Amino acid sequence: MTPWLRRQRALADYTLSALGRRKGKNISLVVIYALIVFLVASIMMFSSGMRREADLVLSEAPELIVQQLTLGRHELIAGGEVEKLAAIRGVTAAKGRLWGYYYDRLNGANYTVMVPDDPTIKLEQGQAILGEAIPRSRGLSWEGAPLFLSRFEGDLVKFDVVDTLSHDSALVSADLMLITEQDFRDFFGLAPDVYTDISVSIRNEREIATIIAKAEKVMPKARFVTRADISRTYQKLFDWREGLLVTLAIAAILAFGIFAAEKASGLSAEETREIGILKAIGWDTGDVIAMKLWEGALVSVGAFLTGAVAAYVHVFLGGAGLFAPVLKGWSVLYPDFALTPQIDVLQLTTLFLVTVLPYVAATLVPIWRVATGDPDQVMR
Amino acid sequence: MIFQTPIMALLLVSGLAGLVALWSAWFGLRVLRRWNLADGSREQLEMERQTHLISTLFGFVMLAEALALLLFVYNADRMANLFVGAMCAVGTLNVNEYGFPALYLKVATFFAAAVWLIVDRADRAGRDYPLTRVKYAGIILLAPLILAGGAVELTYFAGLETDVITSCCSKLFTPANEGLSSEVTGLPPALALWLLGGSGLAVALSGAASLWWGRGQMLFAVSGVVLFFVALAAIISIISLYVYDHPNHHCPFCLLQPEHGYYGYVLYLPLFFGTALALGAGVLQVFVGRPSLRDILPARIRKLIGLSMVAFGLFGLATIWAIVSSQLIVFG
Repeated sequence: MTPWLRRQRALADYTLSALGRRKGKNISLVVIYALIVFLVASIMMFSSGMRREADLVLSEAPELIVQQLTLGRHELIAGGEVEKLAAIRGVTAAKGRLWGYYYDRLNGANYTVMVPDDPTIKLEQGQAILGEAIPRSRGLSWEGAPLFLSRFEGDLVKFDVVDTLSHDSALVSADLMLITEQDFRDFFGLAPDVYTDISVSIRNEREIATIIAKAEKVMPKARFVTRADISRTYQKLFDWREGLLVTLAIAAILAFGIFAAEKASGLSAEETREIGILKAIGWDTGDVIAMKLWEGALVSVGAFLTGAVAAYVHVFLGGAGLFAPVLKGWSVLYPDFALTPQIDVLQLTTLFLVTVLPYVAATLVPIWRVATGDPDQVMR
Repeated sequence: MIFQTPIMALLLVSGLAGLVALWSAWFGLRVLRRWNLADGSREQLEMERQTHLISTLFGFVMLAEALALLLFVYNADRMANLFVGAMCAVGTLNVNEYGFPALYLKVATFFAAAVWLIVDRADRAGRDYPLTRVKYAGIILLAPLILAGGAVELTYFAGLETDVITSCCSKLFTPANEGLSSEVTGLPPALALWLLGGSGLAVALSGAASLWWGRGQMLFAVSGVVLFFVALAAIISIISLYVYDHPNHHCPFCLLQPEHGYYGYVLYLPLFFGTALALGAGVLQVFVGRPSLRDILPARIRKLIGLSMVAFGLFGLATIWAIVSSQLIVFG
């Protein structure tokens, strides 16, 4: 072992036992510190989990969605446009989609009603497949319970629930209700040859821009939304929410910084005596600073690990009960889902800089002030 | 756009670094004018005490800056999917004209800070603090760099607009364009590898000479710096091709992505550390004649050179591994 390492080990050893001698004070510091780390880490982990979830969901989405606009609002699109889009070179398929919202007065929730795109989903007239939150909020607890929907006073439409969607896709399918095209048109009173929008699949992603340019000539009034656009919007949305919460947390970090600076400068009589003795027996200022830095490092590492692990448990095992409402958005039907655990170096480095750096910055000057005092003055 | 946690962390580091740099530079001016160890006045005593604080503060801030450099690049890479047209860090840095200057300033700060920390440690080892004036002159030179870096970074982040269409690395690193990046990209692969081998040999020889016979340290530092630039050119010109298994993809930033096993970090980290240590060794060599350092410095320089050679060696191994393990055949 080099002398340098030996010195550091001795210092760490001394500091640990010194910390142990003042348990109460240090534990309170570590607890508050860990709470701050926990707060910031929870926010970061949760929104990164959400971003990932959104990406996963979107990987299945069509490359391009074409919507008709009237008065700047989304309008029904004529079925004839589907062929025009499908005729563009590079387009694998263009399909009219039918989807809409239904407001259920019984539980005050909005359902997304949709005609399934997937040919493997077999539905017959009068049947429906529901997202997991609908039967939950309507109390359809027994197998085969039918769903009754009422569009207006005195109206009642019955759907047989043949299946519920799995939890895996709950983020987007919690409030989803799949029915046949005929049922959809009847339910909403829709003309036979109109669609909500058109989904376009494109084989080569690099051609998307060119295909949009061509399609714009065919359908000058339409709006073209690419999958990348949606993904970007989601990323930005979650980034923004995360940023907002972290900004709020900065107030807490600041308060903690002041608290830590107070703690570091207001030494108890016993600690002052200890430093005086150390200096009297030959420690120089550098040694005392090094010892105090070790103290800070041990406290930081302890708090950082505790806070980060607690945040991990809170977010990925406990469903982020504390912040989920703010970060997820608001809705009557909350999807019930678990985030896939995911942490990376970027997050940890950011977390480290946001939490540990303010602590270090707040305590360095008090540490130095303590360490440079004259032994006789300190001991007096 | 600043509303992103990594960006806030980076700005926090820059802000703290700026504050510390300003204050240290102010103190540095006092040291340059009044520092006199023989003087027993109250002012001198206080200055001596404050040097402890400045050293510790500055050391911490510079460590944070090194971490921030990593975070900056990593974050730029991560944000690429927010910008139309961007596929890696190049796109993000190209969103406005301050991106690349911010990166270069951060790299420059990293090297300057590393050298400063090495000098600081040497100074504290000498019994009469022989390098104090040098150190504080250094801080006065470093402060504008740190402040400029922070300001450019802030301008860059404040001007990040996601609706800007930026350019992908395949546009920048192609021999067809004009400019430095294209010149480097167009560097013939064989020449790049020969240059890399040559400068590597120069480093190895001068390093061996300074370890065995205690001479050639300056040469080592110079060849280390040369190796750094040659290595960057070689990475763009040829090594990246091997990593991507692709004859035309020259980007030095896509290397940092998970798809390529974060190979960029394996290449860049030892290269940057090796260069920083070589620079530090070269700068210490200048002060080897100071009386109170005569006994300490040579051993320190040897250690720095040894470590630097290890780092360069790791970089060399990473390069060789990239070439050997690649499916791409460039020669033959």
